[in-house]
Formats: sequence, structure tokens, C-alpha cells
Amino acid sequence: MQPNIESILEKFPNKQREDLIPLLQKIQDEFGFLSEEIITRVGAYLSISVNKIYGVATFYDNFRFGPVGRYHIRLCHGTACHVAGSSTLLQELEKQLKIKSGETDKEGLFSLEVVSCVGACGLAPLIEINGEYFTGLTLAKLNEVLDSKRAKDQTVYES
Amino acid sequence: MKAKSAEELKQFLVRQVLLNPRRIDLPQLEKELSYISRERVSKPVIYVGMGTCGRIAGADKTFSAIREYLDDHGMDVDLVEGGCVGLCSAEPVVDVQLPGKARISFGNVYHEQVQHLLDEIMNHNLPEANIIGQYGNDISQSWEGVQQVEEHPFFAGQKRVLLDNCGLIDPVSVEEYIARGGYWAFADTISKHTPASVCQIVEDSELAGRGGGGYPAGKKWTNALKTISDQKFLVCNAVESDPGSYMNRVIIESNPHRLIEAILIAAYAIGATKSFIFIRKEFTLAIERLEKAIENARQYGLMGHHIFDSGVNIDIIVKQGARAFVCGEETALNNSIEGKRAMPESKPPYPSEKGLWNKPTIVNNVETLFNVPLIIKNGAEWYKSIGNEKSKGTKLFTLSGKIKHCGTAEVEMGHSFRDIVWKIGGGIPNGKKFKAIVLGINSGNYIIEETLDTRVDFEELRNIGSSLGSGGFVVVDETICMVDLAKFFTNFFKKESCGKCIPCREGTARMLEIMEIATQRPGKNNNFQTLERFKGVMQLRGLASVIKDSSLCALGKSAPNAILNTLKNFKSEFDTHIFERKCPANVCRDLRVFLIDVEKCTGCTACYKKCPVDAIIGSARHPHFIVEDKCIGCGLCYDACKFNAVLIQ
Repeated sequence: MQPNIESILEKFPNKQREDLIPLLQKIQDEFGFLSEEIITRVGAYLSISVNKIYGVATFYDNFRFGPVGRYHIRLCHGTACHVAGSSTLLQELEKQLKIKSGETDKEGLFSLEVVSCVGACGLAPLIEINGEYFTGLTLAKLNEVLDSKRAKDQTVYES
Repeated sequence: MKAKSAEELKQFLVRQVLLNPRRIDLPQLEKELSYISRERVSKPVIYVGMGTCGRIAGADKTFSAIREYLDDHGMDVDLVEGGCVGLCSAEPVVDVQLPGKARISFGNVYHEQVQHLLDEIMNHNLPEANIIGQYGNDISQSWEGVQQVEEHPFFAGQKRVLLDNCGLIDPVSVEEYIARGGYWAFADTISKHTPASVCQIVEDSELAGRGGGGYPAGKKWTNALKTISDQKFLVCNAVESDPGSYMNRVIIESNPHRLIEAILIAAYAIGATKSFIFIRKEFTLAIERLEKAIENARQYGLMGHHIFDSGVNIDIIVKQGARAFVCGEETALNNSIEGKRAMPESKPPYPSEKGLWNKPTIVNNVETLFNVPLIIKNGAEWYKSIGNEKSKGTKLFTLSGKIKHCGTAEVEMGHSFRDIVWKIGGGIPNGKKFKAIVLGINSGNYIIEETLDTRVDFEELRNIGSSLGSGGFVVVDETICMVDLAKFFTNFFKKESCGKCIPCREGTARMLEIMEIATQRPGKNNNFQTLERFKGVMQLRGLASVIKDSSLCALGKSAPNAILNTLKNFKSEFDTHIFERKCPANVCRDLRVFLIDVEKCTGCTACYKKCPVDAIIGSARHPHFIVEDKCIGCGLCYDACKFNAVLIQ
């Protein structure tokens, strides 16, 4: 079912400036990202200029302005993960998927996001794909994970 | 004992426990409470540690495997989603408490071990498993030959005041929390103390802010109390975006009611009617538990309008941050709550005079607040007895990096760093040599071999030119390059700089450039690059000092610390990068030079096939050779070689 912007707006009846960030978060949770028309609609609703909304939304790392891939990869790059070698994983991901952090690949299969710390430093380095965690990664393990996701996608097409 | 309905239980806990001034003198209460708090149980209880790290390690699967087992065997057992006991390297943790027996704790229980574990333990046999220990006490029978949890090396050196309930209780259950002495301090506060006397008690306890600054919390509160205003706010700073520290998240997930109680007391003390918990959106589990706990506390009448007929109104709202490191700064945090960009303001005026919507606002860190209910309950003198002469209380650390026991540990102030690494942390794995402890990215300070005997104490750390930071504790061994680490920190600050003041915005970018040139692959016949490198290095210290002195907020002020401390403590490592163009730890990719050992090379051509720039020459079954001029140092040959014939020079 297509989420409805108006039903989300209704939950913020006060129309205050302080509602802006929670409202954008709610919209992103439902729609996956913030589109131009949605931001225009939010601006009209809260009586804030579209400029200002973009100003706020682009400031925070949480907000996205384009759709994510079917497999959204979040790579932890905190201090502990860095010490455990997550830079190598990042390079490998960038090379294999041909995308940088914050981008989605051409097929819309993978998207990559580097996060500063997911808080599981004991299991570093790790990535999260759509809520599923892969911990204690090495390059070989990472490739296995990516291959298994690709294979899964292939079977979806064939069936 | 007759089972109580939910409503009867509520009436009992509120009327006879919370609002009863004589509750400590009543021995019959004690027994009843011990059943509610599950210190005594009438049927078996199984707890699964379901903190975020537990879940990532596979606690979800363990939980459902246990559920399945219990259903299959038709057993009447309470299965509880618990919090985190702190020992991340033993996750998933499963505790079993049989009636009359001491509670026993098992580590690394993956779903496939569940069957064996429960088969044995349900028949009162000790299974073969990683036993962490038991929680023996005088009302239950101990397991023979099992150590106490406090005897486990990770727990032995700790002083668990803030973490006392973590991992032991059902985090969201308000009943269990009250039965364990929770909300008593709040009930006493609103019935016995005036706001001024609460501020006085906290001031007397010498509680210092745990966010990094160490400013006395009581003083801050008194200032806010004295400021006259029609509305005041209390904000709990749970942003914790310092990579490598998550102790606040652990305590919120494992004991959210303590935070709620602390906020209620603090809000009462400064006269705030509305308080915000500003928490990172990524902490989904913490948010979920916090919201459930708030809902449960509200049903007990612990917040809202006219609490317990005392005329006190306090409301708590959870605000989710949209991820920006600078939100940890109090003025930036206030701006973010107001729906603006999280940019810091110049101080003064301090938020305690002009904060949220220009009203007096107190911003306190989660860990600072966690101390408050204990101080009110046990008194300022009790709190002062913990710690050393100058710094009181305990400090939470997230131990991570190259250390055996990763996890959240609480140590008494005055403990030496050496003890934390080798006693609590279990030392460095694989026999590697210790290099440094990184005390959180926001301080950028290192503890090195020479300063390892420094004690956890605000003043002592200041004397060695360091600070406590927020509680990140990343241990680094000899395999890590400190220049690379400094580059990583600088890159982080460049990314997270909000852009308001020039020293931080431009300065961090320039520092990163210099660090990149220093670790770049030496260009052949490019004297210009060498000149740039030396020029940059000559200016690095000056640049760092300017950023430190002239930035607006704490983020900018601490951004150059990593570089300054690397220059101070690891100068020789820096010099090797600059002059010899080598990375002693072989981490900096561009500075690696690869060689093939002719003795070991079998001529299998694996490296030859992998090399993307055809820098490897040789024929099959004969030793190969790397042409240094062509090599880009990617390291593919090193990874491809099965005979360890490729060496890094």
C-alpha cells in the first residue's frame, strides 16, 4: 500500500518548527527517502520555506534524497571497527559495487551507507544488510555475503 | 503466597512501598518484594541477554530456540528478555534460575547449544558450557564448584554501582524496578525534600558531569534553580555519537527506569515541568524500551500532572536525533530539539540561563543522571565514600579494540588504567604488544605505556594533559599505525564539522590534506610533492594549535587533539612516514613496498594473474619478481600468495 503523506501530517497538529525533524523522520520511515514534492508539501504544511527544510535535512546524516537499493548495506566505521580493519572492507565494497557511501548502484540492488558506530565493538568489523548483521568480517567473508545476496536476487528473477 | 492481580500489585507497590515512609522497617515487605523482584522464584526463570550487542551476536535465535524447547516439552517457565550484563564477548548470555537454587549465568549460548543446555540444567545438572558464574546469596542454594559472578576476572575489578541491575532485571518492568528499591528516591524527593535541598545534596556529593567536561552537576542545577523563569527544561543528552563508546545505550537498554527516575528527580530539583530525552535514532532498541518504560511508569502515576497528589507536574518526551556528531554539544542539541540545524552557539549565555526557546535549560549526560537516584537514596556521604580524594563515584567505560574482554565496565574513580586493561579487560590477545588506549574520539587523548599507571581521576588526567572523555576505551596494539589512526580521526571531524566557525570547517579539511600527503605513495621524480609534504608538516602543529584555540565549540577544540597527541607521543612513527616514507605497522597502503621471496616462491603464477598493473614478471614454476616502479601497492599479490612468499618491506 502506498503510504499517505496527509495521514502522517495529521499526526503533527501543532504545526510548530520543533515538529520538523520528527516529521521528516516519520516520512522517511514510511517512504524510504525525502522527495522534492514531499518536502514542498511539508513546507506548505508547517509554513517553513522549502529552502530552510533542505537546509535542515541536508545537515543531518539520517536523511536521504533518493531511494535505497534492495539490499541496504550499513558499514560500521567507528574507532573499534577501524582498528579491526573496516577501511579495507569499505574499499572492497566501493570497488565491487562501484558506488560511494550514500549512493545506490545502477541496478538498484545495493546501496551503501557508512555509519559511525552501531555499538557492537566486541564483534568488529561488521556490516548490516536490511537488519541482518554480519560480524567479524574478513574480505573473504564479505565476498561470501555479497555473493549470497546476489544469488538470492537472481532466483527471485528466475522464478 | 496468593498471586496478586495487576491492579492489586500496583496498589501494593504504590501505597505500601513508595508512599510508605516506614517501608525499610517492615520485614514482611521484604519477602514479598523479593518475589516481585525475582530474587526468590516459585517457578524456573530463564533470562536471555537481549541488548543490541546480544542481538547482533544471535540472542534472537537463542531466544526463539528456548521458546521452542519450552513449548515442545510443555514446561511452565518464565522466559524474560533481559538487558545486558556488560560482557559483550560472552554474548549471547543466558541465565537460569531454578526455584531455591542460585541464578547461574552462561555465556556464548548460540541456538544450537540450547537443547543440551536446557536438557541438563532443567534436571539440576551442570551442562558443559561456558559458565560465567552464579549469583549466590543466602536465600538460595549454590551450585557446587561454580564461581560467583563477581569472581569472574571481568567483574572482579569492577565496582558496579550504576550497572547493578543491568542484565539482572526485566528492563521495562516497573514492578521489578520498584521491588528492587527503584523510584523510592523519587517518592522521598517529592515528599521530603525541597528543590533547593535536592540541589544541595547533589552539590555535597561532588558529582561531576560525565559527558567529558567534568563540571559539577549540583552547581549547574543550583544556577538553574536560582534563575527565575515561567518555564524551565531538563534535557537528557543521550546522543552518544562518539564512535567506540556505547555505555549509555547499554544502561538505557538494561535499566531504563533508573534514567526516568533520575530525570524526574532532576526536573523537580530545578523546577522543570517538561524534560526531553534526546537520543540517537539508531538506538532503536533503547528507544523502544525507554518508551515502554515511560508508558509503564505513567500507569503507575509516576509522571504527568499532580504526581502522587504532591502538586508536582513533570512530563518526559523522547526526541530522536537525526544523526550529527555535533548534537552532543549542549547548545547544538537544543537547536536540534527546536527543529533547526544542530549548530552550537557561543557561550555565555549558558543554557542554564538561556537554553531551549530561551528558557533556562539543564543538559545532563545519561551517566551523570544515573548517579542521582543513588545519591538521593543513600546520601551524599555514601557517594563521597566511593572514588578517591578528588574524584568521586565510578566511571563507565566501553572496552573495545584489541582487548580480550570487550564490553561495558564500571570502575571506581582512582583505578589505574593498567588494571583496567590487564585485569578487567584480560589483556591483549595474540601476545601482541600494547601501544595505546584511545580515550574516546571526542577527547582525542591517548594513554601510552609511560602513562599507564595514571589513575582514572579528572585532575590526574589533566596533569598529564589529557581528559577523561566520554568513556570510549579503545585499546590499540602494535599492529595499528598511529598516523593512520590520527588521519581517521581527522577525517571524522572534517565530516562532522557543522561548518559554523572557520577554524573548524577549514582547519580540519587542511589538516586532513596534510595527513593524506604524508601517507601518500611517493611519486617518482616529483620534487614538488616532497616540498608540499614538508611544508604541510612544518605547519601542522601551528595549524592544530590555532584550531584548538579559536574554535567555537568543544568539537572544534578537540578536533586537532589526535594529531597533537600523535606528534607528542608517537613522533618517531610520524617521522618514519615523512622522511623514510615507510609505515612501521604496514597499515598505510600507499607506503607499502612488496617483494617476492625467491626461496619461497613456487612460481604458481597466482600473484601474476591477480596483479592489475602487470607489475609482476616471471614464468610458471620459476620465482617471480615485482617491478617496483610499476607497483601501486594494492596488496592483491600479498593476499593471493598461498606460500607467504610475498613480503612487505
